[in-house]
Amino acid sequence: MDLTYFEQLFGPTWPAVWTLAKIVAIVVPLLGCVAYLTLLERKIIGWMQVRKGPNRVTFFGLAWLGGLAQPIADAFKLLLKEIIIPSGANRFLFVLAPVLAIAPALAAWAVIPFAPETVLADIDAGLLYVLAITSMGVYGVIIAGWASNSKYAFLGSLRSAAQIVSYEIAMGFALVGVLMAAQSLNLGQIVVRQVGPLGFLNWFFVPLFPLFLVYLIAGVAETNRSPFDVAEGESEIVAGFHVEYSGMTFAIFFLAEYANMILVSALCSVMFLGGWLSPFAFAALNDVAFAQWLVAPGFHWLAAKVFLVLFVFLWLRATFPRYRYDQIMRLGWKVFIPVTLVWIFVLAVWMMTPWWQW
Amino acid sequence: MSFQLLVFYVLAALMLFAAIRVITARNPVHSALFLVLAFVSCAGLWLLLEAEFLAITLVLVYVGAVMVLFLFVVMMLDINLQRLREGLFTYLPLGLTVALLMVLEMGLVLWARNSQLRDMPAPPPMGADYSNTKELGRLLYTDYVYPFEIAAVILLVAIVAAIALTLRRRKTTKYQDPAQQVAVRRQDRVRLVSMAPVRRAEPPPAPPADAQAAGQSPGDAR
Repeated sequence: MDLTYFEQLFGPTWPAVWTLAKIVAIVVPLLGCVAYLTLLERKIIGWMQVRKGPNRVTFFGLAWLGGLAQPIADAFKLLLKEIIIPSGANRFLFVLAPVLAIAPALAAWAVIPFAPETVLADIDAGLLYVLAITSMGVYGVIIAGWASNSKYAFLGSLRSAAQIVSYEIAMGFALVGVLMAAQSLNLGQIVVRQVGPLGFLNWFFVPLFPLFLVYLIAGVAETNRSPFDVAEGESEIVAGFHVEYSGMTFAIFFLAEYANMILVSALCSVMFLGGWLSPFAFAALNDVAFAQWLVAPGFHWLAAKVFLVLFVFLWLRATFPRYRYDQIMRLGWKVFIPVTLVWIFVLAVWMMTPWWQW
Repeated sequence: MSFQLLVFYVLAALMLFAAIRVITARNPVHSALFLVLAFVSCAGLWLLLEAEFLAITLVLVYVGAVMVLFLFVVMMLDINLQRLREGLFTYLPLGLTVALLMVLEMGLVLWARNSQLRDMPAPPPMGADYSNTKELGRLLYTDYVYPFEIAAVILLVAIVAAIALTLRRRKTTKYQDPAQQVAVRRQDRVRLVSMAPVRRAEPPPAPPADAQAAGQSPGDAR
C-alpha cells in the first residue's frame, strides 16, 4: 500500500494521523462486535432455554434475517431516550462515570496482537500495561454508584469494588505464571513462545492449566458477569450501580461490559490459547502441500478462539445461579490465590528440569 | 518548544492543579478522585523520564488498588463537611512552614554549588529496544537479591501483623464449613420412611403408634 501521498498531505502531523487511523480501525469493528455480541448472547441463551430469542427486527423486511437488526434497533432506542439525572446526584461525576467505565476497556486494545507484527503499540511491558489499565475499570462502577445518590446503586458499587480488588490478585498471579513460561512481558513475544512442533499442545494452557482456569474464572468475576454479577444483582438490588442511568449513559455501561468481555477473551486467547497460531500446526503437516491453509497462522484463528471463550462466558450465564457474596470472597481469597501460588512454585521447579518442553 | 516539553508542561500543570484540589476540595470523595488524577499525571511524567515500569506500577498499585479501597472507605463514612473545614486556618501556618522547608531543602539539593549533583551526568536516552522492566528485574534478582528479599520478608511480617491485630474471633460466631457441606450425604439429611397410608377417622381413635413415631422423630423429612 502506497501512503506517500497522504504523508505529504499531512506533513509533520502524519504520525499522529496514521496512529489515529489505526485506532479507528480497531475501535469501530470492536464496537460492531460488541453490538452483535449482545444479539449472540440473547440468541444463545434463548436456544439453551428452548426459546427463540429476538427474532422480529429485520433488515428490509426479509423474514429470514429475523432478529439480525435487533442491536441496531436497541441502539436507536437508547439514543433517543431521555437521560435523567436524579436530584441530589453529583451531575459531573454522574456523567463522567460511564466514560471512565468504557475508556479502559478500549485503551487496553492498544497492546493486543492480532496477527504477527500486527499490533498498535508493540511495547515490552505489555502485560503490565494490560493489568494496570484493566484495574482502572472499577472507577466507572464506583463513581456511578456514589454519584447516583441512591442506596441500591451505592450497594452495587461497594460490592463491585471489593470483588474486583480481590480477583485482581489471583488474576495477577496467573499472569506471573504466563510471564515465567514466556520469559517476556510483550504480548507478541508471548504468542511467539507458544510455537512448537505439537500444534495446540504447545500452547500455554497445557503447562499452566490451573492458572488458565483461574484466569478464565477471575475474568468472569472482573467483568461482573453472571454468576459473579452481584454488582448488578437484579433480584436483590434492582440493577446495582447503574439503576439510575437511562438512555445513552446506560448504553455506555452496557457497551463497556461487553467490550470488557471481548477484551478478557482476547487476552485469554493470546496468553493461554496461542493467539493467532493455528491449532493444527503439527510439525508433521509442515511439508504436506494441501494442508498449508490449515497450518498457516492468521487473524482468523485468534477470532475463532475469542469466539470460543466468549461462548463459555454466555454458557456460564445460562447455566449457573448467582454466587452468594461471602462465597465469592471465599473463592477468590481462599481457593484461587493459594492455587496460583502453588502452581507458580511448581512451575519454577518444573522449568529447571529437562521435562520442560515449552 | 518540542513536543515532549509541551507534554511535560501539560502533565505537570495538571498534577499541580490536582494536588492543590486534593486539599482544597470540599468533599472528601472529590479529594480522593483528585488524588487519583495526580497519580495518573505523575505516571505520565515518569513515562517521559523513560521509567515505564515505575509509571505502570504506580497506576497498577496506587490507582488500581490502594485508591479503590480508599474511595471504598471514604464513601461509606458519614462525614460532617462543615466540621472538616474548621481546622484549616489553625493548621495553615504549620503546614506552610513544613512546605517551605521542603521546598528549601529540594532547592538546596538541586542548585547548591557543593551538592555534587553536577558530578552525575544526565543518563543518555536509551533506544526503543531498551527494556526498563528487564533491567530492573535483573538488578533486583542478582545484585540486590538479599536487600530485596529482606524487604519482602519485612512486608510479609507487616501483613501478618496487620491481620493478626484486626482479626477478632467471637465465640458466638457461626461458621460454615464448605468441605462438610459438599461431603454431606443424602442419608445425613433425609430419611425415607415407608409407612402404611393412614386414613383419618372422624373422631380419630388413637393413631397408629409407628406413624406417630416416624412423624415426630427429629431430623427426618425436612
